[in-house]
Amino acid sequence: MSKSRSTGNQSKKDGNTSSKFERGHNGTHKSQYLKTKDKKLKAGLKRIDEKYKQAVSSAAATEYLLPEAQGYLEAENEMEKTFRIRQSEIKDAVDVTTAAKALDLKLKEFGPYSINYSRNGTHLLICGRKGHVASMDWRKGDLRAEMYLNETCQTATYLQSEQYFAVAQKKYTFIYDHEGVELHRLKQHIEVKHMEFLPYHYLLATAGQTGWLKYQDVSTGQLVAELRTKLGPTSAMAQNPWNAVVHLGHANGTVTLWAPNMPTPLVRLLSARGPITSIAIDRQGYYMATTGADKSMKIWDIRNFRELHSIENLPTPGSNVAISDTGLLAVTRGPHVTLWKDALRSSKSSRPYFGSSGFSDRNTPYMSHLFPGNRVNNIQFVPFEDLIGVGHENGVTNLIVPGAGEANYDALEINPFETAKQRQEQEVRTLLNKLPADSIALDPNVIGTVDNRASAVRLNAKALAEITTEKENLSRSNKDIPDVKPDVKGKNSGLRSFLRKKTQNVIDERKIRVQKQLEKEKSARHRKEMIKRGEIDEEHKDLVSEALNRFG
Amino acid sequence: MKIKTISRSADDYVPVKSTQESQLPRNLDPALHPFERAREYTKALNATKLERMFAKPFVGQLGYGHRDGVYVIAKNYHVLNKLATASADGIIKYWNMSTREEICSYKAHYGLVTGLCVSPQHLSKHSKDNYMLSCGDDRTVKLWSANTDDFSGNENDKLDSGKGLLKTFHGEYAFQGLDHHREKSNFVTGGAEIQLWDTSRTKPLTNLSWGADNVTSVKFNQNETDILASTGSDNSIVLYDLRTNSPTQKFVQRMRTNAICWNPMEAYNFAVANEDHNAYYYDMRNLSRALHVYKDHVSAVMDVDFSPTGEEIVTGSYDKTIRIFNVKHGHSREIYHTKRMQHVFQVKYTMDSKYIVSGSDDGNVRLWRASAWERSSVKTTREKNKLEYDEKLKERFKNMPEIKRISRHRHVPKVIKKAQEIKKVELDSLKRRETNERKTRKDMPFVPERKKQIVGVVHKYDGKRKMNTDNDNDDDN
Repeated sequence: MSKSRSTGNQSKKDGNTSSKFERGHNGTHKSQYLKTKDKKLKAGLKRIDEKYKQAVSSAAATEYLLPEAQGYLEAENEMEKTFRIRQSEIKDAVDVTTAAKALDLKLKEFGPYSINYSRNGTHLLICGRKGHVASMDWRKGDLRAEMYLNETCQTATYLQSEQYFAVAQKKYTFIYDHEGVELHRLKQHIEVKHMEFLPYHYLLATAGQTGWLKYQDVSTGQLVAELRTKLGPTSAMAQNPWNAVVHLGHANGTVTLWAPNMPTPLVRLLSARGPITSIAIDRQGYYMATTGADKSMKIWDIRNFRELHSIENLPTPGSNVAISDTGLLAVTRGPHVTLWKDALRSSKSSRPYFGSSGFSDRNTPYMSHLFPGNRVNNIQFVPFEDLIGVGHENGVTNLIVPGAGEANYDALEINPFETAKQRQEQEVRTLLNKLPADSIALDPNVIGTVDNRASAVRLNAKALAEITTEKENLSRSNKDIPDVKPDVKGKNSGLRSFLRKKTQNVIDERKIRVQKQLEKEKSARHRKEMIKRGEIDEEHKDLVSEALNRFG
Repeated sequence: MKIKTISRSADDYVPVKSTQESQLPRNLDPALHPFERAREYTKALNATKLERMFAKPFVGQLGYGHRDGVYVIAKNYHVLNKLATASADGIIKYWNMSTREEICSYKAHYGLVTGLCVSPQHLSKHSKDNYMLSCGDDRTVKLWSANTDDFSGNENDKLDSGKGLLKTFHGEYAFQGLDHHREKSNFVTGGAEIQLWDTSRTKPLTNLSWGADNVTSVKFNQNETDILASTGSDNSIVLYDLRTNSPTQKFVQRMRTNAICWNPMEAYNFAVANEDHNAYYYDMRNLSRALHVYKDHVSAVMDVDFSPTGEEIVTGSYDKTIRIFNVKHGHSREIYHTKRMQHVFQVKYTMDSKYIVSGSDDGNVRLWRASAWERSSVKTTREKNKLEYDEKLKERFKNMPEIKRISRHRHVPKVIKKAQEIKKVELDSLKRRETNERKTRKDMPFVPERKKQIVGVVHKYDGKRKMNTDNDNDDDN
């Protein structure tokens, strides 16, 4: 039975392989270039299309050359359930090197701990709430830096490599180097609770109690953007690794998506009825999972912002959620860690359940683990390893999760086995290719494409002329400033308050007009009062001023 | 339970010895490569900036140049690094371009040297010899050996001495323009009439003239070797075929043509440098319109030359600049100028298409890079790969506004900038005038830009040429 299934998998995989390498193309564009009349253009497009097809097929052909295979954990028979298998049993069954990677650090004093793995997975940064911060090469057991900061530490994250890390302390955020020497105090980042490093933009994004999202460029030291969420303290934060958009979770249950060049959120989603406790996004930016304090968990397709699954009744509220490179979904509730396979699909049978309840097509957990008498603080899948790191009250533990990691890394992108020389060269290369902060948008491939709407959206000359003349007419008829009202008392005049609001030391054309109108208003009011007092009568005309008026 | 986890053996990935290269496994799955296009764009932008940073087109001048303006440069089609130049004071110099030093220098003519060419090696007595032919205002054509340094009279204006001079051909008028057949021992000279000579005879074989009162330059086709073209002072361009010993076609342009160059890859196409600031590209099979018009110069184009690949042409102009055009584009991709360079009379691509040689009024012979940012040094494989990759990226993103702006930016002398502006105003007003006229005259014919410069129709030769020299010459030998 298992054999037939595996061949089935194989054929399905073959069908997928070439489509995996297609980047947004799906053959629909072919008709577009066939429509053009320009023969040269047509031939050029055809040539490009053929090149593209060849590139896809040759890239697909390299699949066979990949050296490693993905891990798995499968039940032998119907009665056996993979989520019942304990970590101790797994440790016995796997090879020695993997078993050795199941790290278990017992650190009772300074907990609860939050963890962060460097991008290539070689280094582990732990941060105890009570001020214990340590950076280590965890596989070699090599401690790089250890600090007792004697103040609350909320979270810590590595920057571009394991050479630098940022720690969010009680008030400010600090940057340390690999030996734990303090390099910078980021005094604009106050009371930070969550940090994300955007590696391709060299941006450190922070959010926390203040409700501000701040972006700091760590290569130039510039504060790139400060965005006010206006939604109170931020309760959860995650970055979309595909397009570098930052997702924030708030106390009112909304998830907002931010880019540094927009003062308002790109997208607002209502994802829970209570505070959002955690957000996770898969590596290709297709799916987002959120957990709320109202015991709900939701899975979204964030390409079109459609809700795939909504689980309203977790036994206890979820505290953390994570998605692995291979698409495993991990959720923690208090002491529990539960993992599902295939939860990121839209079909009904993939909706995550805790038990089968006697139904055959229910997506029961892939694995689960319990830390008795403990609480999980944060989780992260270890890059390129079949492990999930868990930071909890009593230290840090790595759980073995077969099939969680990307088996075949690309050494020119992120290399877990890189030498010091390679790391240095890579850093220079990534700095040269640093992407500008304001290029962050929902679609990362927007650059180099033709905006088909452009001609429709763009103003043509006629419309532009209409708009400008309309504006000119407004100023000509003084419609853009308050009206002259001789009836109101001097201090309440609209014109006066308008002048007050304008910057004092700037004199522009509009201000001059306002002053002139104000003068007019004043004289009209004066005249009115004179009439009231009976000093002049209604038809009185000041001939001199009238004659001079035409010069004014 | 069936279980497997990823377990990479460090032995497979980490080199055992420090001399070993470390493993760099690749995975082309797009999921592992986020921001692919944005990063490629950034790389392309950086590559474009680097290109502009490395753009140092001027290599240097050859030796100390000439004492008078350089009006003739002759390529050696068979040797990469040799070049002959001649100046207005009658001096000819033969250069070694790799050392940038002169091999020999001698006084060849009284007055202006008007034509020069290096004759094919296989026609010389010893296969390694190079012979040069020169003609001048002093009514002589002279055959020189370039391999000897015995031009004993070269210092004190004594002519016709030493072993260097092999032969002198005397004509009846001042010659203008000279070119040698690629294979046979024939050469043609321009002047009051166009004459075909044989190096072994002293009198011309044939007079090929067809109408023009004065032929200013002649050029043999290097592929279809019996075809040649000449330009006349009556603004005409005439094509000849030596197989029939007669002209074949003739057409007249509005202004004079200064130089002709045949496409080395497409034997039937040729480019001409015109006095009207443009260069034109013609197909000899249909001369009623130009294939392309190369605009950008702000003064007469004095010379034009194809790169040996046939992909690019270089033009030198009276506006003291050199421009490089892609054959398929109407505007130049590059402009070269220096503060000291005067009116450029000669530009030639070297035979490896990597360099350009220019001769100008100030007497210097300058050597330029054909692509300003390239260096000819030996490169490692990594360097080569990087450059190739960058080249591809630049090509891919060339239409992005930022990249386009940077790659097109050139410093242009103020004079030329001003002249460009004035020229634009003039052309615009002409265009405006024409459109205004067209509004009232419905029958006004539309003349495409590629036909504007052609006057009348293309004349086909019908045999009614005066043929009087054919028989005369045979008697003399």
